[in-house]
Amino acid sequence: MSVLSESFATAALLVTQADGALWRTVLLSLQVSGSACLIGAGFGITLGAALATYRFAGQRLLVMLVNTLLALPSVVVGLLVYLLLSRQGPLGALGILFTPAAMVVAQSVLVVPLIAALTRRLLLASLAEGGDQLRSLGAGPGRTALLLLVHERFGLMTVMLTAFGRAIAEVGAVMIVGGNIEGVTRVMTTTIALETSKGDLPLALALGFVLLAVVGAVNGLIGLMQWRGARTPAQAFG
Amino acid sequence: MRPPPLISLQGAGVRYGATLALDRIDLNLQRGDRLALVGPNGSGKSTLLRLLHGLLPCDGERRVHSLQPEGRLPKCAMLFQRPFLLNLPAAWNVRVGLWLRGVPRAEHAERCATALQRVGLARLAQRPARELSGGQQQRLALARAWALRPDVLFLDEPTASLDPGAKREVEALITELAADGITLVMSTHNLGQAKRLASRVVCLDQGRLLADLAVDRFFDGASLPEAARLFVKGELEWAT
Amino acid sequence: MGHLSARRWLLCASLALAGTAFTLAPVAVQAQEARFIVVASTTSTEQSGLFAHLLPAFKQASGIDVRVVAVGTGQALDQGRRGDADVVFVHDTAAEEKFVAEGFATQRRNVMYNDFVLVGPKADPAGVKGKDIAAALKKLSATSQPFVSRGDKSGTHAAELRLWKAAGVNLAAVKPAGYRECGCGMGPALNMAAATGAYVLADRGTWLSFKNRGDLAVLVEGDTSLFNQYGVMVVNPAKHPHVKAAMAQQFADWLVSPSGQQTIAAYKIGGEPLFFPNALR
Repeated sequence: MSVLSESFATAALLVTQADGALWRTVLLSLQVSGSACLIGAGFGITLGAALATYRFAGQRLLVMLVNTLLALPSVVVGLLVYLLLSRQGPLGALGILFTPAAMVVAQSVLVVPLIAALTRRLLLASLAEGGDQLRSLGAGPGRTALLLLVHERFGLMTVMLTAFGRAIAEVGAVMIVGGNIEGVTRVMTTTIALETSKGDLPLALALGFVLLAVVGAVNGLIGLMQWRGARTPAQAFG
Repeated sequence: MRPPPLISLQGAGVRYGATLALDRIDLNLQRGDRLALVGPNGSGKSTLLRLLHGLLPCDGERRVHSLQPEGRLPKCAMLFQRPFLLNLPAAWNVRVGLWLRGVPRAEHAERCATALQRVGLARLAQRPARELSGGQQQRLALARAWALRPDVLFLDEPTASLDPGAKREVEALITELAADGITLVMSTHNLGQAKRLASRVVCLDQGRLLADLAVDRFFDGASLPEAARLFVKGELEWAT
Repeated sequence: MGHLSARRWLLCASLALAGTAFTLAPVAVQAQEARFIVVASTTSTEQSGLFAHLLPAFKQASGIDVRVVAVGTGQALDQGRRGDADVVFVHDTAAEEKFVAEGFATQRRNVMYNDFVLVGPKADPAGVKGKDIAAALKKLSATSQPFVSRGDKSGTHAAELRLWKAAGVNLAAVKPAGYRECGCGMGPALNMAAATGAYVLADRGTWLSFKNRGDLAVLVEGDTSLFNQYGVMVVNPAKHPHVKAAMAQQFADWLVSPSGQQTIAAYKIGGEPLFFPNALR
């Protein structure tokens, strides 16, 4: 298809010409999704680990809820966070609607269930293998969770990469709570959506390739860290 | 007069759902015992071991008595057939054990070093635990348990997954620990091992205690109930 | 467990700190800026490229940053009602007057107009070409030719519904055979029309800057009922005290001032002006 090759060429051109506006948009995408993953990790990993190692009333219900929230469409998250942050909403006084802060909040909400579900699954595997033994060593649920998180740190990196991919690729949530304001809240995905609706399909596709390349670079970097970590653990630990 | 036991079970039973894993066991663990639990697969050896350690709830009675003359409760540690080691250097695995038991931070370095020295892994202290061989991992698990200075050491088929060379190494270490005064309770399907290491043998079958005898009386055959004797006879052909 | 050398710990910690600072930077920066207003406007206005031309001029004149959130007219008015915007700048006079009547703004003022055009396949299978929109729509409803409606409560959608009514077609009773509601913005509607060879009512601004025309061409234009009036309203601080009333008023005043009106008139694509200022009439 000629549109594909034209877009590919445009993408290469965009990257090599180092267009300032484009890189600012890329930077904002990385910052928003990166922040959301950091915050999401705090809540998500804690929740996921707790769901794996603790036993409490209503646990199964909570696990089901988390798994259901995995399928939450990003546009619904955007709408909910919008209503939360709107001036008429409970957190309106914060005044962060239509700013990157709102986008970070929305994407954090989006990734927390994902991180929690994946962390839980990761830990359950190790728990089956060694939960008994840790308990016999005197570890309660909290310490077991902590030790298993350290034990599975490379798996956790993959979980975070998955969450990052989900965050940086979504458009529904950031569009609604960010408003796609030029120079302020416009990120890669909303730019692609805008160019598509303006009918400039080759440019939209080219931007899509650029986004893929950026995410690929991030994945490659983390993969490199994991590879190094697995191959030379003696050095990694000083 | 016999000193009071360390751990006593009276009419203790364990159920997993509808299955009866242990059926009304009466057992007294004495200080200094080197107790071997033998029996076919599914006889309840592992369950009895865990019960004695306190990892499982039971019907009936399980009591732990104070050590004399120390006047405190005995400390227990357990070794498993496949030791679960964290994805960390070997020394860190020992330190985790110390940390979990609340040993003061100041003692960690010294206890860890001594334990690794004792099991012959001192030069592998910084190697990732998961890179060690099967025998080395089991020795590391022993170090982890030994660093806690336990009074009772439970061992769940500790050499079942090891090759003969590693098995000999681990058995030698276990014997040394016993010589230090640690009470041992070991489940094994290897009767030769029971003969080598134990002072007392308990035979189980389908959750019931068939025999509880000193090791030489157990293996001379005369005082064994029929079921146990058949088991011993069958197994001894394979004992190495 | 101190086997990590101090150097490695320091390296990891500073990397983590730098990474966190990097990611959270824009969030922090936002807290500093206060000299901006939020204008809720429509996708058609944004996509015509008008704001890229207009806002720098205003920034130079006043030093105020304008942040445009471009959504459908319905959504823009809703944002105004909620107090999430300081200014509302849309093109649906009836809805704007209702907004004022509800007290969410104290007045509305004309800013500019552009017109709608009926766009369709060059070959014009329904034979609607001409200068009379009512006749064209009537003819179209009799055929089964596809027609894309935005169906999203936008100003364009409202105008489209008025035109059908004026043409004597009762959409509520029976829709024309080819009538398709996409519930989307002007750009996606044009995309759909280009892809399926359909007719569509578009505002000239979006049409002129639309790049994916395919086989489409303007078939009906110039009818006075295709007139599309834009109005500006400042959200009433009495209803929403946090609204940046002073700066918002400055913007609204500038739009209807001679210099603002001239800037609007100067915006052209291919030599053709897109919008016609009419504040002073």
